[in-house]
Amino acid sequence: MRISLGRFVPGDSLIHRADPRTKLIWTIVMMVLVLMCSSWWQYLTAAVFVIGCFALSGISFKYILMSLRPIMLLLAITVIFNLLFFKGTDVLFTLGALTVYKEGVLQSVKTIIRVSLLIISASLLTYTTSSVAITDGMESLMRPLAKIGFPAHEVAMMMSIALRFVPTFADETDKIMKAQAARGADFDSGNVFKKVKSYIPVLIPLFVGAFKSAEDMATAMESRCYKGGKGRTRYKVLKFSSADLIMLIVTLVFTATVILLKYVFKI
Amino acid sequence: MSIVLENVTFTYMPKTPFEKTALNDVSLSVESGEFTAIIGHTGSGKTTLLQHFNGLLMPDKNKGSVYVDGEKITKKNVRDVRMKVGYVFQYPEHQLFEETVFKDIAFGLKRLKLSDEEIKERVLAAAKTVDLDEALLERSVFELSGGEKRRVAICGVLVTNPSYLLLDEPASGLDPAGKREIMKLLKSLNDRGMTIVFISHSMDDVAENARRVVIVNDGGIGLDGTPYEVFKNRELLTSWGLDVPEVTKLFDDLRIKSGLDIPHVITISEGVKLVEKLKAEGRLKL
Repeated sequence: MRISLGRFVPGDSLIHRADPRTKLIWTIVMMVLVLMCSSWWQYLTAAVFVIGCFALSGISFKYILMSLRPIMLLLAITVIFNLLFFKGTDVLFTLGALTVYKEGVLQSVKTIIRVSLLIISASLLTYTTSSVAITDGMESLMRPLAKIGFPAHEVAMMMSIALRFVPTFADETDKIMKAQAARGADFDSGNVFKKVKSYIPVLIPLFVGAFKSAEDMATAMESRCYKGGKGRTRYKVLKFSSADLIMLIVTLVFTATVILLKYVFKI
Repeated sequence: MSIVLENVTFTYMPKTPFEKTALNDVSLSVESGEFTAIIGHTGSGKTTLLQHFNGLLMPDKNKGSVYVDGEKITKKNVRDVRMKVGYVFQYPEHQLFEETVFKDIAFGLKRLKLSDEEIKERVLAAAKTVDLDEALLERSVFELSGGEKRRVAICGVLVTNPSYLLLDEPASGLDPAGKREIMKLLKSLNDRGMTIVFISHSMDDVAENARRVVIVNDGGIGLDGTPYEVFKNRELLTSWGLDVPEVTKLFDDLRIKSGLDIPHVITISEGVKLVEKLKAEGRLKL
């Protein structure tokens, strides 16, 4: 399978063992932090922190590249647009009607760093946390919202079911594609319309199977007396340890550094 | 005319923590006209092996090659190879998708650019081969029974007239009558000269039908021979999580308990003949 974003890579690092809620908060804070950055020093601080955490997780840096692969095209398009349409004062070179400014180049580099850091921090969460742990953490974080009528448990349950079926459907897709290829289907040649059309023989059996799985799943849950989150106890209770507290404090320190750099020192 | 695997090694998800070598330096050849069964415990690599026969999987880079009728399977010719080497998946009915049975069977003919009459002719011929009622052809694929769906799916592979037919557990999930029908179909196809290679978990089906048995164990070939040769190794097979046919066990136990000097038996008809012979010779009193 080529999808690496969202895959859990088992391990036993500090980051792996941390409470999923800590990691969820970490990810959200990181996203805000990265989006806040504007100067090189701020980007450097954020990058050091994100990459440092990645190193702590013990996951090979190859995975960073793997998680960035799906967005390469998006990055390339953003860079091209930045180069062509960013108006600055320092002309780098002119190509016919197009002028590339030095500011445009710098802006593109910043965009690359920004998007990459966003993806890396999101994938650090999914690489080090199983989908079950993520949804447990989300449910726990959303619980206060239940007081105002937000269906926290149901949303978490829906998410965990959806996540649980991603690999199942990926395998199923692979199998159906092979089976249709075995009887002469062609997924590679032709123009875009032909290619889209060639996936119909894959999508129909996949949907039929998905509806059947959903029905089976509902029956299985009902037969085990599932009736929503009320009164449900947990086998694994989430625990917020002192290591989590330290992690959050360190995160806070880095966030504060970026805020200081941006608003007080203005560099 | 043959399919030849030469020193094939295949790894799932290479260069990740989930890396798994499913086949390790496997060489095997299947001659035209064979009726071969592949058996092995779950996860032994038998499906991986079979999917190499028509290029659904390709060997790791520089780790072996597969030849069909002397021609090496490459990315370029793989689609032509698949017309020659049909593959029926474990639950082929899950791949049906067209509005009618007829259209679904004809799916494999699309790229051959045949006329409507030719398509109709070939679909009808294939339907007749699998003993499919013509009245079913205009029905929706989702209205059929389990056994009918299975036959429609096999029909959809046969319609391109492959000379080799690979099947991954063709009888799994069917009732006894459905199972018998499928095995009968395979036998009649083989009688007409089609090479059949099938994966099975039913030692009885294998003993009754196959003329060659290949046992896959831990990504390699464990045993390879006639059913008679292979099913002699009861202890070895048991240690690999496999089994011998029930009738073989019956006569093995009989030999040990009675002390009678009787040969190995792998099919019921052989067993019946043996009992009759022993009775006639007066060595067995009933």
